[in-house]
Amino acid sequence: MALMNMAKSINLALFEAMERDERVIVMGEDVGPDEGVFRITEGLFHKFGEKRVLDTPLAESGIVGTAIGMAMYGMKPVCEIQFSGFDYYSFHQLECHASRFRNRTRGRLSVPMVMRAPYGGGIRALEHHSESREAIYAHTPGLKVVIPSGPRNARALLHSAIQDPDPVIYYEPKAIYRLFKEEVPEKMETLPIGQSNIVKEGKDLTIISYGASLRAALEAVELLEEEDGVKAELIDLLTIAPLDATLIVESIKKTGRAVIVHEGPRTCGLGAEVVARVNEAAFLYLEAPIRRVTGFDTPIPYFSKERFYLPDAERVVAACRETLSF
Amino acid sequence: MTNYVKYPLKAKPNSVQQSLKVVTAMPRKPIELPQIEYMSILDEDAVVDKALEPKIAEEELKNIYRYMLLARRTDERMLMMQRQGRLGTFPQSSGHEAISMGSCIHLKKSDWHVPAYRELAGLLYRGWSIDSTLLYWNGFEEGARPPEGVNDLPVCVPIASQLLHAAGIGMGMNLRGEKGVVMTYFGDGASSEGDTHEAMNFAAVYQAPVVFMCLNNQYAISVPLSKQMRNATLAQRAIAYGMPGIRVDGNDVLAVYVAAKEAVERARAGEGPTLIEGLTYRFTPHTTADDPKRYRSEEECNLWTKREPLNRFKKYLLNKGVYTEAQLTALEEELDAEIKAAIARTEAAAVSEELSNPLAMFDYLYADMPPYLNEQREELKSHLEKQKAKAGKSPQHASGTAR
Ligand SMILES: Cc1ncc(C[n+]2csc(CCOP(=O)(O)OP(=O)(O)O)c2C)c(N)n1
Ligand SMILES: [Mg+2]
Repeated sequence: MALMNMAKSINLALFEAMERDERVIVMGEDVGPDEGVFRITEGLFHKFGEKRVLDTPLAESGIVGTAIGMAMYGMKPVCEIQFSGFDYYSFHQLECHASRFRNRTRGRLSVPMVMRAPYGGGIRALEHHSESREAIYAHTPGLKVVIPSGPRNARALLHSAIQDPDPVIYYEPKAIYRLFKEEVPEKMETLPIGQSNIVKEGKDLTIISYGASLRAALEAVELLEEEDGVKAELIDLLTIAPLDATLIVESIKKTGRAVIVHEGPRTCGLGAEVVARVNEAAFLYLEAPIRRVTGFDTPIPYFSKERFYLPDAERVVAACRETLSF
Repeated sequence: MTNYVKYPLKAKPNSVQQSLKVVTAMPRKPIELPQIEYMSILDEDAVVDKALEPKIAEEELKNIYRYMLLARRTDERMLMMQRQGRLGTFPQSSGHEAISMGSCIHLKKSDWHVPAYRELAGLLYRGWSIDSTLLYWNGFEEGARPPEGVNDLPVCVPIASQLLHAAGIGMGMNLRGEKGVVMTYFGDGASSEGDTHEAMNFAAVYQAPVVFMCLNNQYAISVPLSKQMRNATLAQRAIAYGMPGIRVDGNDVLAVYVAAKEAVERARAGEGPTLIEGLTYRFTPHTTADDPKRYRSEEECNLWTKREPLNRFKKYLLNKGVYTEAQLTALEEELDAEIKAAIARTEAAAVSEELSNPLAMFDYLYADMPPYLNEQREELKSHLEKQKAKAGKSPQHASGTAR
């Protein structure tokens, strides 16, 4: 066991993956001697050298496109896109190719690669550095999308992503890179992709969240218990595509009420998909409409106003109370 | 100092057809391509090459210097403010003033200025207030609103994407038969993006009146030029696109001035785009969040810091008698006072009702607000009102979260 923050645990996973499988390489802008702008690739260049850690030219389409080539050639590239706000440059390679090669070659070729990118607000970053557009990837058939919420699951999920036979988007909620530490076991572990987690059991309503928003949800769970005596069940999605609908549906069958929390825009966000799945599978169990506490349908404001955009515990609690008193 | 050979003003339009003919006639033979030149006029010791020295009116020289200096002093003040937590992360513009001012000085107000993010000097010259820069880097959208009376786009953070807009503006001018010039800026790292290639190719194909100014400061954050590209110069890419290209000493405002003047004249004459590579150095960190010690030596940095553009231009102006020492001191004081006043103004504005209103996030997204967005606006509004009412009752609950 070792106590570490999420930045460190992601770094550890990269280190471990590169040690145990020489097909794993890391590539991206400034991931070499600079060790990444968030220092996630710390020590890797020093340990594995320039044939395993590639400081690429400044071109996201180039990074992901060549990673696809390498993956088909038999390597396991883990690309870093410096900020998720710039992964639209590479989106076309993911949508037109990474997600499709297996299908269009009827299983003959596959693209076992990972695209990592820090995403989300809350760190007073400049324009285009705080977006939360994970839903775009969840909307793309052929991609898997995982989002850790803390040091331990971050490391396990990254191992799973790297070992996965298909392309995986690994979005890192940068607001919690160094927010808290957690015990991370000595032994390498994985976490099945497609499986969500019940963080806290409860009977009165279900709160569903992931990534950095989980912090607001956690805080809300405590407040509801303290102030209202409400026992909320909290689900951490961890994988947003493919969605663990079974777990969500079972929870809502138990509680009859749900609130979904994410910082990405509301329209066509993860919340919308969760609502649809619940409607399809557990409509008659619902005691109240499902509420969404999300970012608004605007670009996230520059940092002086980002706190008004990001869901906080207060907004979550308010939505839960409305749901409970419906 | 490299000799200045006359810079080829006209691209050869039918060189491709010619070379194809040659290929069929004789299978192996060198293809004649334009040469790429390097130009420097005012060296790092402020020695001027008299043969190449441009004739610039005193008022214009003063204008160039004023905005270079204003940008430098503003940048330095901003760094202090950032360290004190009064400003967000920002990319410093120090060291890039010559490329910016030597080029945009040739623009008319009706021409278009399409910056990346190290062109503070040019922005100020074009009429952007110091306030807008302070606001932008302090997390206020209001800082991105271009001033009236000039055709400027705001700072562009997604690398290289602005170059396509510049090409499009230039294409629009051509399609409408209107005369104008587009001056746009990008870094050495930006040259690797697909957008850069597309923009230059479009501009060349449509003969758009665009001047592509490359700030080659030899690094893209930590990545040195040698890892960015294998070509010896960025300027030589111009040959591939079929437009003139030149490399200049990007710390020499006179060289930038001359190259940009020629490029602007060509553009105005309907002769299409030009690529100008200004070789310079970022002697500051990439942004205030960066630590250059991780990727480059102090000796290298010191060597290039000595070559920075402002000091040599100042000496040039003193030698020429454009300014006296006393006048320069007075100018510095005047600019510092301007900066100080702008800081006081923006710090007051930042807490004003107008600029601290988060509901503005909804108001400019579309020309007409869709009903659903209006509902979200109302939702936030009522949330804020409840928060305010609650804070009124129990002041300890005033901020952000419920506890
Ligand atoms: C598309 C995109 N990718 C990555 C980034 C992050 N980033 C900001 S500046 C920069 C380096 C830019 O280098 P260069 O073009 O040489 O300009 P310089 O900063 O040196 O002036 C990077 C990678 C970005 N802003 N946009
Ligand atoms: Mg650069």
